[in-house]
Amino acid sequence: MHKGDLTWLIGGPQGGGIDTSGLVFARYANRCGLRVFSNIEYHSNIMGEHSYYRVRIASKDRHSILDQVNVVVALDEETLIGDPHADFTSFKGHLQELVPSGVAVYDSAGKFKPSEATRSDITLLGVPLMDLLKEALRGIGREGDANRLRIMTNTIALGASVFAMGGDIELFAQVYRDDFKGARAELGEMNALAANAGYEYAAQQLGGRSPFDMKAIEAAVSNGHATGPSLLIRGMHACAFGKLKAGLHIQTYYPISPATDESVYLEANQRDQNLLVVQCEDEIASIQMAVGAANAGARSSTSTSGPGFALMVEGIGYASLTEVPGPVVFLWQRGGPSTGLPTRQDQGDLRFALHPAQGDFPHILVAPADPQQIFDDSFEAFNWADRYQMPVVVLVDKYLSTQSASLDELKMENLVIDRGSRYRSNGRANGAGDEYLRFAFTENGVSPRSFPGEEGGIFWSTSDEHDPRGHITEDAENRILMMEKRMGKLDLAASEIPGGRKISVYGPADADVTLVGWGSVKGSVLDAIELLAEEDGVRASFVQIRLLKPFPVEEVTAALSNAKRLILVENNYTGQLGGLVREMTGIHIPQKVLKYDGRPFSEEELVEGLRKALATGDARVHVSHLSA
Amino acid sequence: MIAEQKPLTYKDYSTPVHINWCPACGDFGIVTAIQKALAKLQIPPHRVAMFSGIGCSGKTPHYINAYGFHTLHGRVVPNASGGRLANRDLTVIAVGGDGDGYGIGSGYFVNAGRRNLNFTYLVFDNGVYGLTKGQAAPTLARGMKTKSMPEPAIQDSLNPIALAIGSGYTFVARGYALDQSGDVLANLIAEAIQHEGSSFVDILQTCPTYNDLMTVKWFNEKPQGNSRLYQLTEEGYEGVVKDVSNPDEIIAKKAQAVGKSYEWGDRVPLGIFYQARLRTYEEELEGRLPNYGTAPLIDWDVAHRDVSKLLGALR
Repeated sequence: MHKGDLTWLIGGPQGGGIDTSGLVFARYANRCGLRVFSNIEYHSNIMGEHSYYRVRIASKDRHSILDQVNVVVALDEETLIGDPHADFTSFKGHLQELVPSGVAVYDSAGKFKPSEATRSDITLLGVPLMDLLKEALRGIGREGDANRLRIMTNTIALGASVFAMGGDIELFAQVYRDDFKGARAELGEMNALAANAGYEYAAQQLGGRSPFDMKAIEAAVSNGHATGPSLLIRGMHACAFGKLKAGLHIQTYYPISPATDESVYLEANQRDQNLLVVQCEDEIASIQMAVGAANAGARSSTSTSGPGFALMVEGIGYASLTEVPGPVVFLWQRGGPSTGLPTRQDQGDLRFALHPAQGDFPHILVAPADPQQIFDDSFEAFNWADRYQMPVVVLVDKYLSTQSASLDELKMENLVIDRGSRYRSNGRANGAGDEYLRFAFTENGVSPRSFPGEEGGIFWSTSDEHDPRGHITEDAENRILMMEKRMGKLDLAASEIPGGRKISVYGPADADVTLVGWGSVKGSVLDAIELLAEEDGVRASFVQIRLLKPFPVEEVTAALSNAKRLILVENNYTGQLGGLVREMTGIHIPQKVLKYDGRPFSEEELVEGLRKALATGDARVHVSHLSA
Repeated sequence: MIAEQKPLTYKDYSTPVHINWCPACGDFGIVTAIQKALAKLQIPPHRVAMFSGIGCSGKTPHYINAYGFHTLHGRVVPNASGGRLANRDLTVIAVGGDGDGYGIGSGYFVNAGRRNLNFTYLVFDNGVYGLTKGQAAPTLARGMKTKSMPEPAIQDSLNPIALAIGSGYTFVARGYALDQSGDVLANLIAEAIQHEGSSFVDILQTCPTYNDLMTVKWFNEKPQGNSRLYQLTEEGYEGVVKDVSNPDEIIAKKAQAVGKSYEWGDRVPLGIFYQARLRTYEEELEGRLPNYGTAPLIDWDVAHRDVSKLLGALR
């Protein structure tokens, strides 16, 4: 583990304000200049099930979560010791994740009794949350509102945790003041009062000494970062910004975890951003509507998760055959198959997204691995769609959607929108006899397209095999030419997409071991290779394969063929990328480290898995610390 | 100087594409009626976008000189909706069969009604799946057995008119494909196109190859001395809502239409069952997105968005 890092965690029943409280703490730490990496885990449930939010703070950028916790804020008993009445539960509470001398903040008037704790090397900080809230409100003559403002007991608990972390309560309280402005300013002040009350109580109980020192980490933050507060950005935000900057006209969606956040974020901002967001009756309608809009000249996209993508597949094949410029489909993976684990992490849809429909057809599949890459690919996906006239699938996942990390700036320079090859009739007469051929055979396979409404640009398109004019034909020679035209566009894309978009290589060129992965494992891998170097003296590198179709055969071959030792890292059961690499390059990656418990790799898990793989040479190592 | 434009005739909407429907197929009558309706309204071909599903009816756009999108089985309505949303200057017409619209596409048929987007949906209703050789479609009644079916249908047929009313279509009508009395179907389709909101026309259509029950002869019979097919207006039926601010009238007209839609057998009514000028999806969008009323979505300036305020909220 990276020494010196701290993890703060809040857990409680779903619907109890976990997300809000976690974000408040994460923003506070981020504003202090600390480098934050945070993530929320939650059940497919509206109210009551265990949910928790982790905030890792460090003096340097981190890209993964830690199992180990320094301070836990428990809004219920289950957060501390698990649910003893539940069947088949591996979750025994977050108390066991506390470091020695770790602190558990809980409601002393709640169910949890200190005698239930099985550890004596930690500090149990019971806080009379409601009493403190009443007292704080009494000070401003609002004691009678305490029940109505019960949710502010969370703020009391957070205030106590800020002391335990060695934080600055004034800066913390300022987050609330900034959130509640204007007519709601009073709420900001009340929360600030509540935070202070919790902080003072903890100070008194802990004898004025914080076991941890956030401020020391703050002092160690290297100066390379921006002076103002960094962004605390989630993958879904980066995706939305990419779409907005790309000139998205219309986003369609059907609600599904964990994809909905992105669409709702766009929907909430559609007035200001001049964007149409349509909630459809299902994912079939979502993709078909997006295709209809793309055919009409719009930049369109839709967003879904595995079960929705399963319904969209006919639309992918249709868009590909009819050379629609798009749509751009964001596939936020979750645990499959079927309904699977609706709110949990998995990378199991790679094979599915590689070939989602019947027949041989071109589409582009790309898997960004961090917010900047998500922004870049989200933006560029629309250019690819327009330039190569095919659907583009962007493969992301639950973890990338919900994790948020400090980022100085989202780089948005040199963005060029390319709408591809467009036919203009320039006033030439419209009519059945005109010479415009929507699916004309061209040198590079791309036929200029007209936008419906343009005089002289009339065309037909059909999901049947068709001639250059877009009418149905089953002619054998036409079939050969059309297959070659469409599939040839993939070669064109492969030749034009820059190498930097295809793969990324991290670490030394002469590494002892080269790790191979894609998508969200990148963060955990980068943290793990740093640790392996520091603690084990193992020089490791990482090859992230980002463009998955067309597959970057040359780049991957060059990156892997001279590696001394190869280990695959994937957040799924079978190691799907390993199969693809072998199919496309002939290179066999002899060892895999896998995780398929519905949660992302923590730093400790991946390091443990890699150490085991390195030590044993086992072909298949699987890890899970059975997090909640 | 502006050159004088010759008025468009239905021939301006035809294509030289070989039509491969069976001889005497009812679809011929519908294609001609669509072409005549467009000519009647003088809508330039390039302002029209035809969308279709899969099946014999799905080939329709190839035979009409207009932007043509032959989509997937059951998915014509969301495709047409997407086209219309992207460019509200287009006249959007969706066509499909009864299996396409009421079977595999029933969810989209229903939900498009709820939206009341301004487009026209024409269903070629012949009771069978023709292109796969005559299996029972959702409008074939229980107990009926066409010559190609090994066993009679043991499911009820659905009632497209009643379903359209329940779904929220604001123009609900029935036509007949082989109307010999002139331009009745063409005029009905023209009215459907002119209606602002989602228009639906169930068009009774004969499949001479596979449906030997609802044949031209059957439709033209006079079982009790009266024509089987008749126009609702002949009986003084009035389906149009006069005062759309009066919910009682809307409900009464809907109930009337649903009741009338169950008349079948010796007498089969044609024409407008229900029509109401209610708020369209486009008008709702104008309330949400002020630009929506002023320019087609595809012409909006979306290339210069400023996201700095959104980024600022994440600091």
